[in-house]
Amino acid sequence: MGVEIKVDNLTKSFGKSLIWADVSLTIPAGEICVMLGPSGTGKSVFLKTLIGLLKPDTGSIVIEGTDIASCSEKDLYEIRKLFGVLFQDGAMFGSMNLYDNIAFPLREHTKKSESQIREIVLEKMDLVGLLGTEDKLPGEISGGMRKRAGIARGLVLDPEIVLFDEPDSGLDPVRTSFLNQLIVDLNAQIDATFLIVTHDINTARTVPDNIGLLYHKHLAMFGPREMLLSSEEPVVRQFLNAQRVGPIGMSEEKDADELEAEKDQDLPPLPPIPMQLEPSSGIPRRSQREPGGWCRDNGVTPPPGSFEANMSMTTKV
Amino acid sequence: MLKPVGTAGTLFAFFLDVLRALFRRPFQLREFIQQSWFIASVTIIPTALVAIPFGAVIALQVGGLIKQFGAQSFTGSASVLAVIQQAGPIATALLIAGAGGSAIAADLGSRKIREELDAMMVLGIDPIQRLVVPRVLAAMMVAFFLNGLVSVVGVGGGYVFNVILQDGTPGAYLASFTALAQLPDLYVGLVKAVIFGLIAAIVACYKGMNAGGGPKGVGDAVNESVVITFLLLFVVNFVLSTIYLQLVPPKGG
Ligand SMILES: Nc1ncnc2c1ncn2[C@@H]1O[C@H](COP(=O)(O)OP(=O)(O)O)[C@@H](O)[C@H]1O
Ligand SMILES: [Mg+2]
Repeated sequence: MGVEIKVDNLTKSFGKSLIWADVSLTIPAGEICVMLGPSGTGKSVFLKTLIGLLKPDTGSIVIEGTDIASCSEKDLYEIRKLFGVLFQDGAMFGSMNLYDNIAFPLREHTKKSESQIREIVLEKMDLVGLLGTEDKLPGEISGGMRKRAGIARGLVLDPEIVLFDEPDSGLDPVRTSFLNQLIVDLNAQIDATFLIVTHDINTARTVPDNIGLLYHKHLAMFGPREMLLSSEEPVVRQFLNAQRVGPIGMSEEKDADELEAEKDQDLPPLPPIPMQLEPSSGIPRRSQREPGGWCRDNGVTPPPGSFEANMSMTTKV
Repeated sequence: MLKPVGTAGTLFAFFLDVLRALFRRPFQLREFIQQSWFIASVTIIPTALVAIPFGAVIALQVGGLIKQFGAQSFTGSASVLAVIQQAGPIATALLIAGAGGSAIAADLGSRKIREELDAMMVLGIDPIQRLVVPRVLAAMMVAFFLNGLVSVVGVGGGYVFNVILQDGTPGAYLASFTALAQLPDLYVGLVKAVIFGLIAAIVACYKGMNAGGGPKGVGDAVNESVVITFLLLFVVNFVLSTIYLQLVPPKGG
């Protein structure tokens, strides 16, 4: 049914270079969250810290009462059984074919017979649309297929938390939208907690229940999708709407002169908030909220044209 | 300034981790056999090719020197000592590091940057136990046998050169074997080879598993692992030789 991840005051640096500081957020059980941020802001580092592959300098990550940041190696191995992880390029084991790759966690961690394993592996491969490629080696297939194989391997142990590292990077827009649909369908089906890390704005605008924005070594904002998409906060507004006007420059922050020059420029209006991607079965996900619900509850008027079916997904710059 | 010290420390800590994982079951027999086969296949031919000139050069040098002393009757023995105690283990280790170690570092390095190692750890599998231990043991075993190969080929090469080029008498060359050489010389050669194999594999695995920053990082890791291994080998060889000469008095002195 998914479990909650409570992150408190997390700080991580490598040697002298600070990656991010004071990140606090709660990833609610069973919901889809997107962590958005420009390349190199430490999104992958954040994911790896959540699974205990990297130790944070300070702070805690509590899952089912265990603090990942300070627990013993043994507890860490236990907790990791709750996770399914899709690494950036799938991280398939190069020496095994796809079938053996996906069967690997089952062979390592369960006492299932080969025929039971076969059943589960084929079911998961079917789920991600990879039936018929069992005998292929990871090096022989496209990046998109590797990612889907990575998802299948991450799912075989029925995880409570699924982490995706840039599921949409390196894919064409059509494949990206298929993959996003797959993610939403999976969430509807297994009800696990999903955290997607990406720099793709369209994914962030349409897929999740909650969005976080990692920018300039800190968590700029984290909250419900509609809250961030209707936010007037300059960084959030600029990034989520892919605008040039705002505090973010080509390389990190703009300097004072540039900001001064922009002062009188009118901010382009907020684009309409798109509908959230629905499961293809048509049955709403458990954690799905009614379109416009958050805006109404919080007395925020969404930008004109929001929540209209079939509206254009592209944002005007 | 203190970086090399830190690296040495983490390298040693890595060695201890490997030592601990050595006793964890199940032992990865398949990986061990595959790796042994692989390391042997990339090192045997170059080793044999290097061993012949090695033996020949030593025979020529030692032979010439000994002639000046008028101690030709010791030629065979001196060459054998030089090959078995020094040249054999060093040639073995250079090839294990240069051919085997670089392949290990490249393999583990590319797994590291493809995040395969992270994926393994998330699946609750310790890459040290699964990947490093079999490689280290394989390198040690192959070093043991390669050392035998180098000794035989080197001594053979020395014999041929001494007899053909330096007009040595075949009988005298063989008969002098036992004049200076003794059985412990053979053992120390083997022990050295095994230790050098261990060092080469540990450094290669350590560098590979800590590769970073894309394909270039893997190249750097391979490069560094070979250089570091070579440096360590000469230091360790010096230390081992000194200890050995203290413990086992040379024969016929
Ligand atoms: N193991 C590591 N050691 C040192 N620096 C690292 C390590 N992993 C990542 N970094 C640095 O952290 C920063 C963020 O990396 P990353 O999380 O991969 O960014 P992204 O948001 O694109 O996923 C980069 O500058 C990278 O060089
Ligand atoms: Mg990344």
